[in-house]
Amino acid sequence: MTPHHLLDIRGLKTWFKTDDGMVRAVDGVSLHIDRGETLAVVGESGCGKTVTARSVLRLIDMPPGRFEAGQIMWEGRDLIPLTNAEMDEIRAREISMVFQEPMTSLNPVYTVGEQIAESLRTHEHLSRKAALEGAVDMLRLVQIGNAERRINDYPHQFSGGQRQRVMIALALACKPKLLIADEPTTALDVTIQAQILELLEDMKQRLGMAIMLITHAMGVVAENAQRVAVMYAGQVVEEASVEDLFADPRHPYTQGLIRSIPRVDAGRAPGDARTRLAQIPGSVPSLLHPPTGCRFAERCAHTTEACRAAPPPLRSVAPNHNVACIL
Amino acid sequence: MHPVTALLSVRDLRKFYPINGGLLGRKVADVRAVDGVSLDIQPGETLGLVGESGCGKSTTGRCLMRLIEPSSGEIWFQGENVTHTSGDTLRAMRRDMQIIFQDPFASLNPRHMVRDIIGEALVIHNLAPNARARDERVVELLETVGLRADHRTRFPHEFSGGQRQRIGIARALAVQPKLIVCDEPVSALDVSIQAQVINLLEDLQERFNLTYLFIAHDLSVVEHISDRIAVMYLGRVVEIADAHTLYHAPRHPYTQALLSAVPIPDPKLKRRRIPLKGELPNPTKPPTGCHFHPRCPIAQPQCATEAPKLTTTTGSHQVACHMAV
Amino acid sequence: MASTTAPKPKPPLSPTREAWRRFRKHRLAVVGLIVLALLVLAIIAGPTLWPVAIDDIDFAAQLKPPSWAHPFGTDDLGQDLLSRLIHGGRISLAVGLSAMAVSASVGITIGAIAGMARGWVDTALMWVTDLFLSLPQLPLLLLIIYLFREKLKALLGAEGGVFVLIVIVIGGLRWMPVARLVRAQFLSLREKEFVEAARALGASKFRLVVNHILPNALGPVIVAGTIDVAAAIIAESTLSFLGLGFPPDIPTWGRVLFDAKDYLDIAPTWALFPGAAIFLAVLSINFVGDGLRDALDPRRVH
Repeated sequence: MTPHHLLDIRGLKTWFKTDDGMVRAVDGVSLHIDRGETLAVVGESGCGKTVTARSVLRLIDMPPGRFEAGQIMWEGRDLIPLTNAEMDEIRAREISMVFQEPMTSLNPVYTVGEQIAESLRTHEHLSRKAALEGAVDMLRLVQIGNAERRINDYPHQFSGGQRQRVMIALALACKPKLLIADEPTTALDVTIQAQILELLEDMKQRLGMAIMLITHAMGVVAENAQRVAVMYAGQVVEEASVEDLFADPRHPYTQGLIRSIPRVDAGRAPGDARTRLAQIPGSVPSLLHPPTGCRFAERCAHTTEACRAAPPPLRSVAPNHNVACIL
Repeated sequence: MHPVTALLSVRDLRKFYPINGGLLGRKVADVRAVDGVSLDIQPGETLGLVGESGCGKSTTGRCLMRLIEPSSGEIWFQGENVTHTSGDTLRAMRRDMQIIFQDPFASLNPRHMVRDIIGEALVIHNLAPNARARDERVVELLETVGLRADHRTRFPHEFSGGQRQRIGIARALAVQPKLIVCDEPVSALDVSIQAQVINLLEDLQERFNLTYLFIAHDLSVVEHISDRIAVMYLGRVVEIADAHTLYHAPRHPYTQALLSAVPIPDPKLKRRRIPLKGELPNPTKPPTGCHFHPRCPIAQPQCATEAPKLTTTTGSHQVACHMAV
Repeated sequence: MASTTAPKPKPPLSPTREAWRRFRKHRLAVVGLIVLALLVLAIIAGPTLWPVAIDDIDFAAQLKPPSWAHPFGTDDLGQDLLSRLIHGGRISLAVGLSAMAVSASVGITIGAIAGMARGWVDTALMWVTDLFLSLPQLPLLLLIIYLFREKLKALLGAEGGVFVLIVIVIGGLRWMPVARLVRAQFLSLREKEFVEAARALGASKFRLVVNHILPNALGPVIVAGTIDVAAAIIAESTLSFLGLGFPPDIPTWGRVLFDAKDYLDIAPTWALFPGAAIFLAVLSINFVGDGLRDALDPRRVH
């Protein structure tokens, strides 16, 4: 049992100053990931999951963004006070990131081999030759055929799925301990998505790394994660193992989310009446002026006075199962 | 040759986009976006059209509405051949077939008020005698899709994605169409908003006796809303069946692989994934014979030389595969 | 039916009002707008507030520096510079605006036709555009003026003739970038889904262009237009400075500079004021153009 988690985000608040006021994109988020596990951070657009991920790697533009409060503990060390140079030591070598749109994350004017080799030269201080060989190895690892030839290809010469593999190769070149994958398969076809998720799992086993998988798709969560954190309007509303979350979702938002997803195996026999999807009324509250109490109160079917008065704390309802709800 | 009962039929629809190259800019190849599609859509049903990127489903949807002109093939609407209609007849046909788009941000003119967006159809087709009647009809349509009367003087950027989709739906309903082509109408929306819009579409279908062609890449959504589903791959239809049968007894190897890849929100289910070799082929150089054969786990030599035709196996289940029949 | 969100407290924000709000954030642009407004006000209200004749020759008051009687000083004929500049300003501004109108209308028409028609019409029109773009502007300007000045003077009178000539020539040589801009906008807008939606509703091509495409295409054109006004003012000033513009008795700013250039050591203020006027006008127009560019940035209008 390690004395501390690999990554431990405590009470993180990342706010953005805009013309209309302070946007509280991440407003008191606590999460942790241990070695070798996959934590899925799930939520809809605007819930703060991407900002949380970027905060870990300090990829947020500091004006207009700022860390209002909280700590990001990486192997026991707080990342927030580090200088940019110190963060550079951590980026790519210890924590790496894969993004949603591989076309815009890869530099179109450099070959794929050059980009991977550059990472190896910068972080591992390899020679040119060794770095290029390392690049070929990485491409082979992510199952791109003809790796020796393909290191000389440019990003646009790869298909969408292959570009994502290249992105993964680039991210894993320095064997990081944690990979943050921000919607890595959202832009891909479903058969390619399956391939990429399998690849990530394979890499995870080989390198013993942890993955923070950010997604809005509950199906992806169910099939790839060990633990899940559900985010809503800048806060974590439920946190549990993946089995517990789906078997016994406690937060009304999680319940609504799971019930509103159509399932391909729902199996309506011909002649049966169509089932109606459960829907969550209303929409997400503004992050400029968030409500004082529970942020889900407006849309919740079980709201009480107490819910609106104060934000519900994250409390444990079962071993390793926390919910931010008083019910 | 055309079934009399169907609301809309296409036969052998093809759409090729020429690629010009070389010094003189001559045509060097074709992108065969739609390569021989035949479908029937029955009145009152929802036909799902599903497939991955590049399969031609969006192009098919637009071709059958004559929003894109097909390269060849025939379109029959309510028993009449409408492949080559033009002018006023085409404009009249626009009242019967409408479309809802994927992108709620790009499908509404940012400079028009909601009232003008929804009311435009009324103006073009002279459906209201004066401005006041038009306004009343706009309010009626807004309320039908779950928005409010005072929304009509606002501009698109003031609404959320889900609300903009509703405005797009109201616009399509303004002409009282019989058929609505829904081109990925919920793909760009958050999951919880998706449910709202899907439910709305189902309610509207019942209320106004609409027929839908529901185009999407998300099998879960398609299966929920459709009565029958057609699966497309690289410009061709590979399988058509009713929703239940398609999930429980798919016959085409591509359909089987596709279904096995769809993530299901249940961690306890252990599923067997059918891996597909390789990537989607270049649409300018599709494989010979059956387009799917290079990636097919059960391909035989015949599959490389002869393109399989859509044949009926049982009842209304059709498959285009040499090995499945 | 599903419920919806609570109404926004603000009144409907048309894209125009949004643009104005963004413009106001650009401090330099607002300053430019104020300076421009003051200039225009001075030019319009000037003759009423300062009713001194522009051709009051007074040899006793030659080449005087600014004084209470003559706030901008006098020229070599003793004429009051302030009123001359006010009068000249009218012409400069009129030339600027008219030339911009010419280049904008020609440019928009050609760009719209090319963008909508595509095919060989597009190719032909772009070929013409490229042709015009490769013409040497200043020499051509001078040549045309030299050739046609007398004819037009006979036709429309001295002032009118030259005005029309200058406006047509300046405008006629500046429409090409506008055409390209408009064509590019049309090519991209016609593929947009809201245009497709209008087609699906049965809209005629005319309706598509006028109701849907043009209003969304005009943003960059407006920005280019403001720059054209500045450029036209400078072009006219250049012509007048070279002695090829309006007849010598008409005091356009460039002309006054032309007259003042030989007396720089004796009466520097004579050249200072028209120079400053041109400088201020062009600078403020450019700042306004900058502000408009940000305000009308199509990427910001969702």
